[in-house]
Amino acid sequence: MSAANSPEGMSPSDASSWTLRTRKFVERNVPMDHLLPQRQPYYVGSWVYVFGVITIAALIWVVVSGVVLSFMGPQWWHASSVGRFFNGLHFWSVQLFFIFMVLHLWGQYFMAGWRDGRAATWMIGVVIFAASILTAFTGYLSQQNFDSQFIAINAKDAMNAGGIGAFFNVLNFGQMYGLHVMLLPIVVTFLVVAHIVMVRARGVVKPIDAEGGTRS
Amino acid sequence: MDTPTSYLHWGFILISVPNLIVIGGMIVLFAIALVAPFPHSQGGEDVRRK
Amino acid sequence: MRSMGATQEEYYRGVRMVPYDLVKELALALAGLGLVMIVAAAFLSSPDVGPVTIAAWAQGDPVDFVTTATGELAGSTTSAGYGAPYNTNADGQSWGPIAPQKWFGARIPVDSANAFVIQPLQRAAVGNADLGAAIGQWKGASADQQAKWLDAYGKALPSATVSDGKVTVATGDYGPLPVMMSNLLGVAQAGGLDGLLVINDRFYQTDYTQPLLFMGDGGYLAGLADQAHLTGSQWGMMNETGSYPGQTWLWLYTLWYQVPPFTSDTGFLGLNASNADLGVIILMTVLTVALALVPFIPILRDIPRWVPIHRLIWRRYYATGRPVTRT
Repeated sequence: MSAANSPEGMSPSDASSWTLRTRKFVERNVPMDHLLPQRQPYYVGSWVYVFGVITIAALIWVVVSGVVLSFMGPQWWHASSVGRFFNGLHFWSVQLFFIFMVLHLWGQYFMAGWRDGRAATWMIGVVIFAASILTAFTGYLSQQNFDSQFIAINAKDAMNAGGIGAFFNVLNFGQMYGLHVMLLPIVVTFLVVAHIVMVRARGVVKPIDAEGGTRS
Repeated sequence: MDTPTSYLHWGFILISVPNLIVIGGMIVLFAIALVAPFPHSQGGEDVRRK
Repeated sequence: MRSMGATQEEYYRGVRMVPYDLVKELALALAGLGLVMIVAAAFLSSPDVGPVTIAAWAQGDPVDFVTTATGELAGSTTSAGYGAPYNTNADGQSWGPIAPQKWFGARIPVDSANAFVIQPLQRAAVGNADLGAAIGQWKGASADQQAKWLDAYGKALPSATVSDGKVTVATGDYGPLPVMMSNLLGVAQAGGLDGLLVINDRFYQTDYTQPLLFMGDGGYLAGLADQAHLTGSQWGMMNETGSYPGQTWLWLYTLWYQVPPFTSDTGFLGLNASNADLGVIILMTVLTVALALVPFIPILRDIPRWVPIHRLIWRRYYATGRPVTRT
């Protein structure tokens, strides 16, 4: 093996390699055995800990059912009973997503999960919450039924009062639908991946007042 | 399920029965998660991080 | 900067690690949730109350339709006097110097009287000489004359009678309005107005701004929404049609609309019912930022330490009485 291929031996060109530096950064901060550990601290022993992974599972179902709906077009589920079933999957998976996300929020709050350098993880979590609300909002506006009509007519006043109604027109189905199936799922997915990586990088926070942890 | 549902009116609070079920259910679920025993691995290796 | 990976080695030094299968946990969660969802979707389905059309409105409540259309011509409807982003006929909501509604101007211009009444009528006038004459009479009249006709007609409408879908008012001097309105009603009842307001001389269209603004100006859609508890003063943001759960996560957003100062006309510190939307947006933005910054806010970040919920979650750890790290 030449020095350039060996991880230990660095040739002069390696020293300036951004690719190598990126790889080293990832290996240092999120090595595979931190990303996918088969062990956890023994105090990870409460059902409260499963709310996060259930939220992830619900999000996966939201996306899968949403992909099916978008593939068949926004009017399919009104006319087809199979479509209505898939809309039901999408509707209930969204309900479950918010239910377990909020339970996860309650759990993390009462565990003060932001301690020991985990403040950024908490903050990203709050951003995910806000982004999810926005995504759900555009979804409710995309239903093309009575509910979406009234939500649009009512919500426009808040958007307009805030100044963004000129750019984010809730009465414009095309805009709301496009945001809902394309831009916002990408944003939420990206944020959730970042959140999970941050959790895995630092590991689960220690119990409150555990030795070796910091006060806040 | 498309028939209108009933609402509970308590002071300024006005909530639909399905919403109350969801919120009440969440509180119950959280309480159960707090107290329900969690399956602990028996023994396992007492591996301490070096 | 010490890397997070090395810090994890130090962080868990002396901590007993036990087997825990994250991937299996995710697989079980997927399967379990999938089952719940499939059962729910199969037995409970999902909400889908069909949309209201302008045709349904014109057939279901012709007097309300005609009253709204008359109001559009008079400039007295919500959309006509809205302000930005539809027109410049009002300043919109503001709180002192904070007035974002008018900062960006009329970027979605809608001329209510022309869009909802005059232009559709001009199309319908093709081949209809009487209507053409009525429109001509309307456009040829002075603003004063138009206002007199509108005022008289508007006062007569509450006592109007409906027979066979047509609206009849007591005799009076309304100029060409009865002819214009009965034609507009006819077009609407036949479904023509739904198409005209969406298509607007184009072919492809996905923007429902005009028909929704027009329907929002009337009382028919609002009446149905009121029955379904969807309006702002009924915690409507949280509710769903039928017996389905709604957007329960919006509880705090809608709560403010039910309490002072946002319900009162006098209000508090300049916040009241007339700028409630702006006030609630500002308030919820502040609260959301505060939630994100909880790790840094005294008292809020200490409550978990005071409330013994964590002692239940980590009861195994606290029961051992030994510190986490062992020598």
